[in-house]
Amino acid sequence: MLSLNRVSKFYKVGTFGGKEMTAVRDVSFDVNEGEVVSLIGESGSGKTTIGKMVLKLIEISRGSIVCDGTDVAAIQGAEVKAYYRHVQGVFQDPFSSYNPIFKADRVFGMIRSEFFPGVPNSEWDAKVDAALRSVSLDPGQVLNKYPHQLSGGQLQRLLVARALLLELKILVADEIISMLDASTRIDVLNLLAELKGRGMGILFITHDLSLGNYISEKTVILRRGTVVEMGDTDKVFGNPAHPYTKVLISSVPQLHKKWADVEAEIQARGGDDAGTCLYHRFYRPTEFSGDTTDDRPAMIKVEDDHYVGCFELGQGICRV
Amino acid sequence: MSLQVSDLRVYYRSLAGDVQALDGATFSIADKEIMGLAGESGCGKSTLGNSLIRLDGRMKYVAGSVTLDGNKLPIWDQRGMNEFRFRDVSVIPQYAMSAMNPTRKIGKMTGELLESRGESYQDIKPELLRRLDLVGLQQDVLNRYPIELSGGMKQRMVMVISTLLNPSLLIADEITSALDVSTQRAVAETLVSFRDHGFVKSMMVITHDLSILYQTADSILVMYAGKLAEKAPTATIIDKPRHPYTKMLISSLPEVGIRYANKKLAGIPGSPPALLNPPAGCRFRARCPLAFDKCVEEPPFIQIAPDHSVACWKVTGSDA
Amino acid sequence: MTALVNTEPKLESPVGAPSAVATVAPARKGRGEFLYFALRSKKFLLAMGILLVLIAIAVLGPMIDGTDPVATDLLPMQPPSTDPGYWLGTTSFGEDVFAQFANGLRATFFVGLLGGGLAALIGMAVGFTAGYRGGWTDEILNMLTNVVLVIPSLAVLIVISSYLKARGVLFEAVFIGATSWPWAARAIRAQTFSLRSRDFIDLAKLSGRKGWRIIVEEIAPNMSSYLFMTFILLFGGAILIAASLDFIGLGPTGGMSLGLMMFNAVTYGAALLLGYWWWFIPPGLGIMATVGALYVMNVGLDEIFNPKLRDI
Repeated sequence: MLSLNRVSKFYKVGTFGGKEMTAVRDVSFDVNEGEVVSLIGESGSGKTTIGKMVLKLIEISRGSIVCDGTDVAAIQGAEVKAYYRHVQGVFQDPFSSYNPIFKADRVFGMIRSEFFPGVPNSEWDAKVDAALRSVSLDPGQVLNKYPHQLSGGQLQRLLVARALLLELKILVADEIISMLDASTRIDVLNLLAELKGRGMGILFITHDLSLGNYISEKTVILRRGTVVEMGDTDKVFGNPAHPYTKVLISSVPQLHKKWADVEAEIQARGGDDAGTCLYHRFYRPTEFSGDTTDDRPAMIKVEDDHYVGCFELGQGICRV
Repeated sequence: MSLQVSDLRVYYRSLAGDVQALDGATFSIADKEIMGLAGESGCGKSTLGNSLIRLDGRMKYVAGSVTLDGNKLPIWDQRGMNEFRFRDVSVIPQYAMSAMNPTRKIGKMTGELLESRGESYQDIKPELLRRLDLVGLQQDVLNRYPIELSGGMKQRMVMVISTLLNPSLLIADEITSALDVSTQRAVAETLVSFRDHGFVKSMMVITHDLSILYQTADSILVMYAGKLAEKAPTATIIDKPRHPYTKMLISSLPEVGIRYANKKLAGIPGSPPALLNPPAGCRFRARCPLAFDKCVEEPPFIQIAPDHSVACWKVTGSDA
Repeated sequence: MTALVNTEPKLESPVGAPSAVATVAPARKGRGEFLYFALRSKKFLLAMGILLVLIAIAVLGPMIDGTDPVATDLLPMQPPSTDPGYWLGTTSFGEDVFAQFANGLRATFFVGLLGGGLAALIGMAVGFTAGYRGGWTDEILNMLTNVVLVIPSLAVLIVISSYLKARGVLFEAVFIGATSWPWAARAIRAQTFSLRSRDFIDLAKLSGRKGWRIIVEEIAPNMSSYLFMTFILLFGGAILIAASLDFIGLGPTGGMSLGLMMFNAVTYGAALLLGYWWWFIPPGLGIMATVGALYVMNVGLDEIFNPKLRDI
């Protein structure tokens, strides 16, 4: 449904824009119907940039994003609005997502005036009611209130409800849990899982591996703008191939295993050629010419539905 | 006993009255113990941590006593606390990384801090350099400006500075929240090493992240809505919690290995009560599935096993 | 000027302030809250009082007094007395100073309102567009702002006035408006920059809203207090500039204004030499009172709009 193909984003920096900074390089992955894809990366990995490129809030420098046949970079004007009928986003800070001087349900009003102009009041109210209930919110408690009168969890759900008013196919959830309390996080997460069950495709952007592991079918691990490993969640977490993924998994503080134990487990699984770059072990190009990133495939298959990139992209030294 | 806190009450002044942010805390921390202080936002953990070292303008000391190494701490007296701060009680405040003066070199800032306490920078410098080595920072970091360091380096620098005079009690307020996962682990392990090397006697680690506490703390004190809910050794809190809130909180935390498809986690419905006019009796009553008629009376925080205290009628029995 | 955007306390604030404080913040917003604090701010009330008195004089004064300000049929050089027509005395030429004062106040307010209003409008248009669009639009508008900023408006005015036979109050107001907008544009541009990257702007874009509508409906209302105060400062500034222009003889060729009174008093009437204080002190005080009251109101408004500055 949503397909990213060697997407890159470059920024011009320095006086007179002399130098170039790469925020995202050659990222490719798909998000299908009824599937949650976790985009996991630390700060500076470019994950938010990718999310915003999918939402057409940032321009793509190179590569393409295609959603159901529509090339996202090419659409303009009214086509963009049509695109937003199917693709929406929810962001990290619930209090920053609302204009603080207006009531929270104004976000619904905006959707109504832009996408449903002729709809009579009664029909619209029923629609809003249904959307709120589907995210487990009581309309009486959340309508007609200002953002500071509602909790973070309620505000995030309200944003999901807003997205559901449209015929949503893809939802981009950018760190939507991180500013919520621990006891409300899981409820919002479960809500996303329910939406996936209804056929929606969700791009779940996070830095927290446990959340990604809980809810997603596919995982994409991002480091400094490039994908280092991706594939089926169980396979990536159960059998991490890239050293960066291994570092991430062993650094996540877990509730029932100490760090030392997790690290030992991963080392034990390593095998004797642990450390040799898998990418270069399997890929032997016949010719190198100039900028090789354009000729080479970005990733190499480790097993079914599990791909890994060159170790140079991570912490290990690439030993061919 | 290193630290003993008895019935500490600290409220916040506000336009509408007193917010009862910390309402009666009684506990103790032994020598060499790292106690984690956990809870969600608004539970009073930051208030408790900060009140032990400095009451800011909005906070109002109401009642209770704090004894450190046998000396009573005059926490209501700004001047009186001066001789204890930095020497006996030290704090790593939240956002300490961004609290360093951007226009001062780090060495100069440390020197000024020490001089203000009447210590000689030159005398302490050898020890300072030794500790920098220990935490993995290069010695020339003293000649750099804060902006030249990464988040993790700044955090470690602040940790070194805060513990230079070997305080008896170190209060660490959310020191890992703003960091990436790999740096989090390094910083948390550094913290534990300070206790192991004898730089601090005991520590109070304030965080909302129970998993970090599992990795580093000896015991955990869980707070809810200004009151203490449960205190026990770490393993007990994580594996065999008794208080309903602790139980529900732990079971709502996703972990690597738990998948939604296999085991759907549940959150705690509702939200914490407003502390301006808190409800009578147990403050968790409204959200607790085990609440019964005795809960309109406030449950005392009493010991049910060595080192294990709970405030819950269901646990301690209604005729306690 | 302090930034006023996003003055609401956050619920899940990590800095120790309990969330309970936010849940009991007064639910009345906007107008209600403004009035509540406005009526408690000494600075605001004082300034408002002074301005209302001056407005009353400007509006009602000429009606009560009835005299033509430039009619010279009174006894000249008379100090103030309680006789009708002589409340503030007369000029060297027998004109009624009070009538001049009251009429002059009217003109002064008019120039301030029009000139300040025009400057505010241009400043907002340029500032919002440059701040929201960024890129080349920003560069070009910045250049324009800087150019207008450094033009010596006095020299330009002298050149223009040598070509015009007569100058009206309208011309003066438009001229002031067209030359004093740059600092407002700069300030508004900076605020817009900081607001532009907020999530709710992204959300508005995702809702299909167009650029200008986002500026008018999302950004401007968030800065409404800031814009209001900018207008007040431009108002005061315009009055000062007009008075200065009048005083050096570059003001409107007809009509009456406070600056003109002072100009006449010093240049033609030798009032300073001869000690006719009632001729030039009232207009000077009038200007001082108006502009001073406006600036004090500005400070008071700052406190009203920004909860962190309130000393309650």
